[in-house]
Amino acid sequence: MKRTLRRMALIIVVAAIALWLVLGANRGWTKTSVAVVTLDEVTGLEGRTYKKRFVPGVDFLAVAVAGAGVLAGLSMFVRNRKQPET
Amino acid sequence: MKTTIYTLIAMLAVSAGAQAASQNFDFKDPKGVNNAVFKLDAPLEAINGSANGISGTVEFDPQNPASTKGRIVVAASSLHVPNPTMKQHLQSDQWMDVSKFPEITFDAKELKNVKTSGDITTAEATGTLTIRGVAKEVTVPVKLTYLKDKLGLRVPNQKGDLLVVRASFPISRKEFGINPKAPEDKVSDTIELTLSIAGASRRS
Repeated sequence: MKRTLRRMALIIVVAAIALWLVLGANRGWTKTSVAVVTLDEVTGLEGRTYKKRFVPGVDFLAVAVAGAGVLAGLSMFVRNRKQPET
Repeated sequence: MKTTIYTLIAMLAVSAGAQAASQNFDFKDPKGVNNAVFKLDAPLEAINGSANGISGTVEFDPQNPASTKGRIVVAASSLHVPNPTMKQHLQSDQWMDVSKFPEITFDAKELKNVKTSGDITTAEATGTLTIRGVAKEVTVPVKLTYLKDKLGLRVPNQKGDLLVVRASFPISRKEFGINPKAPEDKVSDTIELTLSIAGASRRS
């Protein structure tokens, strides 16, 4: 059980970092939409629309690390199964 | 007496001519390009968003741009930032309170320091900016571009002219009562506003 919790904590941290890197390594806040700028050729104006897209930020990493920390912390309170005496 | 009557008739004719030359431009954009961008500095990342719910009318005379006046309205509910929690805060009663103050308006009363070169006019527009129910007299630099007969290129089967308005200016968050208690080391007092809009004057 102890080992399982620690493995889960490690998996959460590694998966969160991997996801953060793959989705753009955004060093700002997490976004659920991104601006798409289009040029109106007649007026020369730049229009802004938003496209739904998940871009994890540093707050996402912080939550993942905190979650992993809780699991790792819990693992300290779990006793190992008693080894059979030889 | 006769001279006075003729003078009056002449003045009326000139005045009517001037009124006929001015056009009304409707800023409800069918293409959805019109937008107002806002930016506030913050420690981790600048808060950058926009609004596209723009409407209003501007009276513009290509022969006399100095007489331009009008009203631009931004629907507060169209304010958007890419972070959902931030958007919730932005529209809440602490910040923009969009349910109580659904409109941000600018009533342009007069243009000063007007300089026209070809179809482009630069000036300082004086008017009343109302945000969150707080009205303040402001003077902002504007650039007007008059595009004669260009409406058909944007909206097929329609004839008319376009007026492009660009303005960029700072305002104070605290002066307009936008979460005045928020500390400046967390979010700046200055909000940079950029307006990029086009209006259409249709002809049948």
